[in-house]
Amino acid sequence: MTDYSYTILIPLVPLAVFLFIGLTGHKMKPIVSGLIGTAGLAFGAILAYITAISYFWGGHEGAGYASIKAFEIPWLHVTKNLTISLGSLIDPISVMMLVVITTVSLMVHIYSLGYMKGEKGFHRFFAFLSLFSFSMLGLVLATNIFQMYIFWELVGVSSFLLIGFYYEKPSAVAASKKAFIVTRFADLGFLIGILMLSFNTQTFDFQTLVSQTGPAISQPGGAAFMGLSVLTWSLIFIFMGGAGKSAMFPLHIWLPDAMEGPTPVSALIHAATMVVAGVYLVARLFPVYALGAPDALTVVAWVGGISSLFAAVIACTQTDIKRVLAYSTMSQIGYMMLALGVSGYGGHDGLGFMAANFHLFTHAMFKALLFLGAGAVIHAVHNNDMSGMGGLRKYLPWTHATFLIACITIAGIPPLSGFFSKDEILVAAFHHNPVLFYIEYAVAGLTAFYMFRLYYSIFWGKETHYHHTPHEAPLVMIIPLLILAFGSIFAGFLPFEELVTSDGLPFELHTEWAIAIPSVLIALVGITVATIMYRKVTAIPDKIAGSVSHLYKWSYHKFYMDEVYLFVTKKIIFRFISRPIAWFDRHVVDGTMNGIAGVTQFASFNIRNLQSGKVQQYAYVFITGALVLVFIFVFLW
Amino acid sequence: MNILSLFVLVPVLTIVAIVFTKNMKQTRLVSAIGMGIQLVLAAVLIFMYLSERNAGNTATMLFMYDAVWFPTLNIHYTIGVDGISVAMIGLTAIVVFAGVFASWMVEYLSREFFISLILLSSGVFGFFISLDLFTMFLFYEIAVIPMYLLIGIWGSGPKEYSAMKLTLMLMAGSALIMVGLLGIYFNSAPDGGPLNWNLMDISKITIPIEMQRFLFPFTFIGFGILGALFPFHTWSPDGHASAPTAVSMLHAGVLMKLGGYGAFRVAIFLMPEAAHEQAWIFIILTAISVVYGAFGAIWQKDLKYINAYSSVSHCGLVLFAVLMMNETALNGAIIQMISHGLMTALFFALIGMIYGRTHTRMVNEMGGLMKIIPFLGVAWVIGGLASLGLPGLSGFVAEMTVFIGAFQHTDVFHRVVTILAASSIVVTAVYILRVVGMLLFGPIKNEHFLHLEDAKWYERFSTITLIVSIAAIGLAPLWLSDMIGFSLGPIVQKLTGLPFASLF
Repeated sequence: MTDYSYTILIPLVPLAVFLFIGLTGHKMKPIVSGLIGTAGLAFGAILAYITAISYFWGGHEGAGYASIKAFEIPWLHVTKNLTISLGSLIDPISVMMLVVITTVSLMVHIYSLGYMKGEKGFHRFFAFLSLFSFSMLGLVLATNIFQMYIFWELVGVSSFLLIGFYYEKPSAVAASKKAFIVTRFADLGFLIGILMLSFNTQTFDFQTLVSQTGPAISQPGGAAFMGLSVLTWSLIFIFMGGAGKSAMFPLHIWLPDAMEGPTPVSALIHAATMVVAGVYLVARLFPVYALGAPDALTVVAWVGGISSLFAAVIACTQTDIKRVLAYSTMSQIGYMMLALGVSGYGGHDGLGFMAANFHLFTHAMFKALLFLGAGAVIHAVHNNDMSGMGGLRKYLPWTHATFLIACITIAGIPPLSGFFSKDEILVAAFHHNPVLFYIEYAVAGLTAFYMFRLYYSIFWGKETHYHHTPHEAPLVMIIPLLILAFGSIFAGFLPFEELVTSDGLPFELHTEWAIAIPSVLIALVGITVATIMYRKVTAIPDKIAGSVSHLYKWSYHKFYMDEVYLFVTKKIIFRFISRPIAWFDRHVVDGTMNGIAGVTQFASFNIRNLQSGKVQQYAYVFITGALVLVFIFVFLW
Repeated sequence: MNILSLFVLVPVLTIVAIVFTKNMKQTRLVSAIGMGIQLVLAAVLIFMYLSERNAGNTATMLFMYDAVWFPTLNIHYTIGVDGISVAMIGLTAIVVFAGVFASWMVEYLSREFFISLILLSSGVFGFFISLDLFTMFLFYEIAVIPMYLLIGIWGSGPKEYSAMKLTLMLMAGSALIMVGLLGIYFNSAPDGGPLNWNLMDISKITIPIEMQRFLFPFTFIGFGILGALFPFHTWSPDGHASAPTAVSMLHAGVLMKLGGYGAFRVAIFLMPEAAHEQAWIFIILTAISVVYGAFGAIWQKDLKYINAYSSVSHCGLVLFAVLMMNETALNGAIIQMISHGLMTALFFALIGMIYGRTHTRMVNEMGGLMKIIPFLGVAWVIGGLASLGLPGLSGFVAEMTVFIGAFQHTDVFHRVVTILAASSIVVTAVYILRVVGMLLFGPIKNEHFLHLEDAKWYERFSTITLIVSIAAIGLAPLWLSDMIGFSLGPIVQKLTGLPFASLF
């Protein structure tokens, strides 16, 4: 068996880079810190590719791919049985994620050398990128669920720091805060889920948890609460954490706001890597979900399905190009969740599992490409809003070409990669749940529509007059676009059904044309509609918006989810909980203490007259008392 | 000479040396040297303790020493430490050391200031090493009394009111403790024989249950007042707001831990049966503390009030964990004490430094400070992240250990309160990020702030000491947790198997 203990270096090198740039970055030239960061990631990427090649194609013993614990040290002994360890676990999904993260992260690093040039916090930016890469790589390599939770929190904080990178901008600060708090709320569910799961199974370890003879699967327990077993509840709680991180409905509200961060950050964190952590989490525990708690898996499927539709509808009306992409990301992750949710375990039943991971892989490529392309556009016109754009294909030829490739890929047109992965998801949904399957058909059409709406609004449409003539991005930004475009085109040919499967064994995959052809047709309809409406300036979009004005308005206002959240946080938490508590503390609790002090003072003030030191007063009291006694003795006895 | 006695002797010698100093510069230098020695001593103690344990010494208490000092009442000077007290001594040494540097610029009556400060710390050290209940109580009082002077003379705002309030409430706590300790003393020999104050000896007998029922609330509430137990916590916001920087640091960082430590070492350890019977009442109160303190902090505008309420929440978690009475939760309680001690000291130090520059503590009057004073800004963010339980910093280790420990109880009551207490991690994030956003980020609101200077060397020194300690515990908690866990063994043995009374 190959020794993979070196994989621990893949996260540790970015950590070292983070500490180095963080502590000494302000003393070096900005570009030096950028190059150090990029070099660290390049090292990680090379190691990740070596790992992938030797793991997948280096020959393996027995049938299928085994899960290998390459490295582990104890970090904290919690109880007699429970120990939190840190280490690295090598199996198909973690190796796949290593490749995805290091590739996208490296592209984003290179791209940022150009995009962030001249920014004040250049070295800070690269330090945070390294911190994020460290955390994300630690997350995917986690050997146990608590290690995952540790890195889960760390990616949360890296995301917070990067969204709030422009910290002088109040909207960025608010967005970073919102992202952190919403995901923290979800993480509370994750934590409760871990507590329940670990208490009942007495282990944190993934290998033990997913083992079919392990305590989780072999003794799932009976119904405990509302007809579901403890295991089901704990998995639902754990999924809540995943849903928060992956921006699933209704915990998605932080993701569109997170676009306040620099665009390369959106590409890395909020498109390709961190937001798919929830998918990875469910995939990591997949055998437990599938074999121990199918009810929890149903929840996953529906949350994924609803999110994908919900986000796709909103994406059709947004005008900020990054927000369109953000809702698109949410929709695509919904696809992945749905695929996991409809999957079974083992062989061809595990098609959904394989499809989810496949889509995760291809999505990382084309969505990072879309964001980086959007970044190049924003870089050129200094504006996020598509209403101020148009006709840019003349000025930005390279960006235009790569953006178009990404749009075709996400729309699911063969033979680009998005077609293959999306098709597998549709097949898996079809065999499991027809309602979800038709939802996904609709989403496929909407996706094609809003992506081409975006594409035409930026690169075609009206001839906008720009203050400065837009210029194509520098080479250092174009190269990552080209590499990712290459990935988007060809990633679909990877034999995922042989590499990443639910039980580690390869299975036969057939293309079901009865499902694939209609889905391509639907996508083409979406593209055609978008072409008619947005290729040239016409009155059609406004007419349609007017004819479905209610739906348009609700979609434009994102179904008023933000307003609901604002009501809960501002009104309920601040005004109806926090403020009364502050008042109560001041006036009731402290008031009682002050009251006790006041009564004591009052009493002592009055009692002190008894000892006034005035002799005549004592004499007066003495004589009065004596007279009263005399009176009693003489007359009443 | 016993190494433990040095922990009381060094502060006393430092005080004597301070008396002979001529000006502020000499005073602070002497204080820094004295407390530096103390810090080294603490490091040596930890090292010696660990090597004794590695050598196979399994005695409950190490480095014991015993001398009678008041034979009539059988009062001894009995000292000795286990892993728990060693950890607390380490915490105290770090906070006091950082506190001296945080008060580097105290000019008004500096000699008297440092004398009171170091006197206070000697009381704390004495408390943690004593095994004789009376001696322990004596040191406790030594630690509490100088507080009155420190706030009343060097404080700010309504300092007389705050000093009086704090001292009176803590004295009320002392009175309750005194009743409890006397009760324990008179029941220390139920089978005849001489009465005694020795903690370890008393722990071997069982105090009659009727007496326990009566004495436990006295002792627990008495120590609980110092540990900011709801509803006896109101001294904390006012007291901290008026106290000078180093005093807030010491008070929240160390003195409040005397409460948690005492509640655990005296109340629960000596009266476990009553503790199990009455735990549910106090568990409810502490769960309220945890959530209530966090919500209370959201609405505050004064940085010190925010931190004081945050302390109520975090110290509530200490007592909450103590009441869970199993090994994991108790371990978490001790780590939480240390972690909170370090990070609250960091916060109060930073508040002092920021206030010294901006002359305001109101968050709504500040903004954009990150750009002007980046060092202090970054330190604040790190402290905030520790407070909201970010992995890699100490708060996470403590909280997770507490929650896992509390979750070992399977009944509905314990599950509900645990989830309630755990929900504070969200509320904590809200108030921490709110303050970070208002104070450090956003545009600069006040142009007078544009010319503020970043931290001076002594301020950096103080801050870095605390941050390094926080990160060290957060990154490698194993040795600390194991050191504490080993010493919890005999205590937990006494606690296990007793039935909890419950509301449900």
